[in-house]
Amino acid sequence: MSKQSAQTQTAIDRLLSTINMHSHSFDDGTAHVEIHGNQVLNTTLVPGLKVEAQETSRGVDVDILVEAGTVIEQPVYFCFGMLENGLQHIRMNVRFGTRAKAHFISHCSFSNATQVEHIMDANIHLEPGAEYRYFERHVHSMDSGIKVIPKAKVQLDESSRFATEFELIKGRVGLIDIDYEAECGPHSVLELLSRISGRQDDVIKIREAGNLYGEYSRGVLTSNIAVRNQAQAVIYNELTATAEGAVGHVDCNEIVQDEAQAKAIPIVDVRHPKAHVTHEAAIGSVDSKQLQTLMSRGLSEDEAVEMIIQGLLRK
Amino acid sequence: MGIIELKNVSLSFEEQQILFELSMDFWEGHIHAVVGPNGAGKSTLAHTIMGLPDYRSHSGDILFDGKSIKELSIDERAKLGITLAWQEPARFNGIKVREFIRRAADKSSGTKSPEEVMNMLGLDPGRYLDRDVDTTLSGGERKRIELASIVAMHPKVVLMDEPDSGVDIDAIQSIFHVLEWLKDHGTTVIMITHSGEVLKHADHAFLLCNGALVDKGTVEQLSSYFERKCVPCTHKNVPDEEALV
Repeated sequence: MSKQSAQTQTAIDRLLSTINMHSHSFDDGTAHVEIHGNQVLNTTLVPGLKVEAQETSRGVDVDILVEAGTVIEQPVYFCFGMLENGLQHIRMNVRFGTRAKAHFISHCSFSNATQVEHIMDANIHLEPGAEYRYFERHVHSMDSGIKVIPKAKVQLDESSRFATEFELIKGRVGLIDIDYEAECGPHSVLELLSRISGRQDDVIKIREAGNLYGEYSRGVLTSNIAVRNQAQAVIYNELTATAEGAVGHVDCNEIVQDEAQAKAIPIVDVRHPKAHVTHEAAIGSVDSKQLQTLMSRGLSEDEAVEMIIQGLLRK
Repeated sequence: MGIIELKNVSLSFEEQQILFELSMDFWEGHIHAVVGPNGAGKSTLAHTIMGLPDYRSHSGDILFDGKSIKELSIDERAKLGITLAWQEPARFNGIKVREFIRRAADKSSGTKSPEEVMNMLGLDPGRYLDRDVDTTLSGGERKRIELASIVAMHPKVVLMDEPDSGVDIDAIQSIFHVLEWLKDHGTTVIMITHSGEVLKHADHAFLLCNGALVDKGTVEQLSSYFERKCVPCTHKNVPDEEALV
């Protein structure tokens, strides 16, 4: 192994260790990509998956293509991270060809850094019948200097499906400012789920908007948020339905503890008599019956609150 | 001396008196039924003994094993071995049945596994333990899962608010089985009930009306309540003097 590849391997292992993984965690049939700061450390691919990554001064530009008809059985792993302070700007173009299917699991690790700005600008295009499931887990340090600003524009062609799950429940949020917009064609399905826990002076902003312009398109926007201490959360969930049979639901659950503040602003815009969109928001302290039930089993109030919050964030 | 003793317990909400100078003894290892019409104060009595926050401002005293528990919080009472099964159990999003049961056992001397207690309640562990304790379960299923968590906890005193409500006829037998198991293992059961069938499983019974204790005795003595459904009376929240025990 050359000196450079040995250094790269060390960097990969250091990065993966922050998410309790190792390069040996992946078997031969599993695609995985590791990006540290503006360095592309590794791209291991599988047939039908193309990834072109270009290092820039601020981060990395990534083009991802899952070719038409390709079904990738194993999850595709991405690891974005910064072990030191700085900026990481990822510009990502994702295209799924017709009837392509894949599940991406992305870890964003800033578990050691104290001052980090992680910006993600993504354009995602799912061609007819494509299915893209995307799970993004953030692992942060307990410092408040982390800024995460993910933005995505998603185009769902006919009968395609995009399901994303964003999780940030370990470490401090710092500032998170999510902005996702999706255009949903006929018979397409959009599912956006966020699970975030904020504390101290963390700030959580989420804007998710789905335009159900296609007939019989469906969209579900779900936010499960817990804030405590002086943390703040503002959630804008917007669903617009303009076509026959379009169906959507906005669901926002926020548990507020201490002096934290939370707002939910659901916008439901229906412009067709045969479309239907509902919304539900529950914001407040921990449910007293849940709390009292657990306390009557011997859990302290703090233990019971933690169990309830972790339950919400797992939901 | 009972394991739980009420000494002249009265409770008011917003100037309306809900419980009137209740003095009751609940004997260790026995099954006690508390019966009475809607609004009699039965659930209030259970919540007061458990120490729920809205029910702590009562006068009089509540003793556990001869010592006052009036100043103790819910979890402090639970650590002594007192617990509550709700009439309508709570729903928990994201909390698995297995975790719900295990956490109850972790805080107690209970030794039964989640699988064992689920089987006792007639629920297939393989089908339920990895499900959330949420709205995907019926009210009757949640009721039995709550009782499973109580068996896992193996408490000294369990307050059961209508253990049969929402439970189908087949499943009710498993609840009776649990009642007998608790009694055989030394647990004192205080159950609120509207059911004559449930009452038959008690050793003693108390009749409450408008927050006052109006009768107590054997199950046979109190069964007449179910036959007559509490003869209509004139008092409303202020029991007639002669009605008080």
